[in-house]
Amino acid sequence: MTAIPIDYYLIFCSILFCTGVIGVLIKRNALVILMSIELMINSINLLLAAFAAYTNDPAGQIFVFFIMVVAAAEVAIGLAIIVLIYRTTHSIDIHVLNKLKW
Amino acid sequence: MVKILITLIPLFPLFGFLFLGAGFRSLPRRIVSVTGPGTILASFLLTLILFFDFQRNGIPQIHLIFNWLTVGPLVIGFEFLTDPLSLLMMLVVTGVGFLIHWYSVGYMKDDPGYNRFFAYMNLFVFFMLLLVMGANYLIMFIGWEGVGLCSYLLIGFWFRNQDYNNAAKKAFIMNRIGDLGFLLGMFLLFTTFGSLNFREIFEKATPMEAGEPVMVAITLLLFIGAVGKSAQIPLYTWLPDAMAGPTPVSALIHAATMVTAGVYMVARSNILYVLSPVTQIVMGSVALATAIFAASIALFQNDIKKILAYSTISQLGYMFAALSVGAFTGAMFHLTTHAFFKALLFLGAGSVIHALGGEHNIRKMGGLRKKMPATWWTFLIATLAISGIPPLSGFFSKDEILIHALDHSAWMWFILFIGALMTAFYMFRLLWLTFFGAFRGTDDQHHHLHESPGVMTVPLILLAFLTAVGGFMNIPGIFGGNSLLAQFLAPVFAGSKYHPMPVTRISHTTEWMIIGITLAAVIAVIAWSYHHFVKREKGFLPDQAHRNFLVNLISQKYYVDELYELIIVKPLLWLSTILHRIIEVGFIDRIINSFGNLVVRTGNTLRYIQTGNVGFYMFIMILGIILMLFLNILI
Repeated sequence: MTAIPIDYYLIFCSILFCTGVIGVLIKRNALVILMSIELMINSINLLLAAFAAYTNDPAGQIFVFFIMVVAAAEVAIGLAIIVLIYRTTHSIDIHVLNKLKW
Repeated sequence: MVKILITLIPLFPLFGFLFLGAGFRSLPRRIVSVTGPGTILASFLLTLILFFDFQRNGIPQIHLIFNWLTVGPLVIGFEFLTDPLSLLMMLVVTGVGFLIHWYSVGYMKDDPGYNRFFAYMNLFVFFMLLLVMGANYLIMFIGWEGVGLCSYLLIGFWFRNQDYNNAAKKAFIMNRIGDLGFLLGMFLLFTTFGSLNFREIFEKATPMEAGEPVMVAITLLLFIGAVGKSAQIPLYTWLPDAMAGPTPVSALIHAATMVTAGVYMVARSNILYVLSPVTQIVMGSVALATAIFAASIALFQNDIKKILAYSTISQLGYMFAALSVGAFTGAMFHLTTHAFFKALLFLGAGSVIHALGGEHNIRKMGGLRKKMPATWWTFLIATLAISGIPPLSGFFSKDEILIHALDHSAWMWFILFIGALMTAFYMFRLLWLTFFGAFRGTDDQHHHLHESPGVMTVPLILLAFLTAVGGFMNIPGIFGGNSLLAQFLAPVFAGSKYHPMPVTRISHTTEWMIIGITLAAVIAVIAWSYHHFVKREKGFLPDQAHRNFLVNLISQKYYVDELYELIIVKPLLWLSTILHRIIEVGFIDRIINSFGNLVVRTGNTLRYIQTGNVGFYMFIMILGIILMLFLNILI
């Protein structure tokens, strides 16, 4: 069985990451933005795992677990913030949040 | 042993200052009253020990305490000198200083700044000791500047009064002018002799020819320093204003010690001064002008302390006159006796002011003789001494100066003689108006009139004793004495080419005659002033009663302050206004402001980027990251 070439991973992860970036940029729904960020993180995780396998170094895979833990914590905080935003503005549209303007 | 002793002498007042200064307000008065005068007494006793030790061994010594500066060829040690001249000054500074500190315990009793006062006074004595003990010009200069600082602090002691602050600033700034001269003189000394040490400089200077330009420059510059510190024309106007300070300060700093620093400095540099006839002529002219000018102003002053201040300026003129004719011993002798009787006069005046609750105007005094017997008797002794009545100290010292002046030129003698008559007149005017006649103050003051407490009168009596017998330390040959002080100081002045200056051209007969004439004239003046002020009660009249142009001119102090205001202060203010308007506001401010405006405008333009739109921020952020990555690849 031949392994999937590393190039495929690279291309796939780049596409995933760019999807995330574009999602962050163009979406107005805070929840979707948060999900897009998750997408970016996970593309990086995947890349880390791929390289770990490629170089036969388990450290990368261990890193992935750490990142997942951090991401979980981050999502918890992000969701909490979104809940609070909803309570004050009755909306999760980020364009409503323009109070810190000049 | 001697080294420890000589280190301890200035350290006592320094520790006193640190202790009192650190304790500032929390120290109980009792401790301050003991520490303040106590440190000076300790220094005085040590100085006495040193003095008697010196009398036995009799070798002038330089004691290197530690090496201070070593910069290339400039090597300056922190070194003290024990020789007759510095010992004499140390005795005067600590001795008179102690009596004045003691007196201050009573005088400043109710002042809220009691601790601060003694801290400053201790610091002053420390710096004054540095000044007279230093074995090189730099140590002397530290003391020189330090006493100037203390003078400033103590003139402005009651700092809530703006006038007093102005007087303090005036004293400080005028002294600065003189100090600049001193500093330049010091630089020139170093470039000429490669050292600042007294001994090295004097050794190198002794073989020099008289009248070398560099010596003239050095001595003139140093003399400018002396003019500032010792309040000679044209820098004398700060001293009368300095009377804003508490009276013991006037007695210690502005009569007995600090203002005589210039005299000491010139006497110390006697070898340099005799090498420069030009400077001696300049010094003589300034001294004579000051002696008579200040004395004439004193004739019409009404403030008891101002009269004494002008008298001090005039007496300093006498000392410089003596220095200018090479009568160094005469100058130091007069310095010493003057320290006694002028300190006594100031302390007596302080006692009077104390009794009258702060009254300075002698026209509002009178008849205090019976109310304040101790003050009256001591004041009388001091007045007789300064007027030159034998056998009090002032007679001997003034007589010595007059004889030397006559030996130099008859004109000089005549001017000093007139000055002596004026001295007798203004001092006795002060005496008659203060202690004779009826009391002219308010009823309230009359009711409160009292003799000062013992803590003030005992120093007065001790000073009166010194005033009375001080002259016996240098009885001239004509009275069968052997000029002890002159013999004591002789080694210091031996190197200067005039010394020993024999008064050869004047026979004993002439000298007797001169003394007779002076004495008769002084007594006549006193008698006339008694007649004028006590019998006919002139001078008790209000100010404007009898004034012609000359009297008005003199009583307005010749408008010198106004003149300085007009020709120096006003143009300077005018110049600074011009500089402010054109250079500062028109030029510098505009440059600075345009930078500020640039930043403000840039900020105003850039703030539109801050849209508050989170998506936009992220877009910019990502754009930035891409840009960075791109640059990373590129470079």
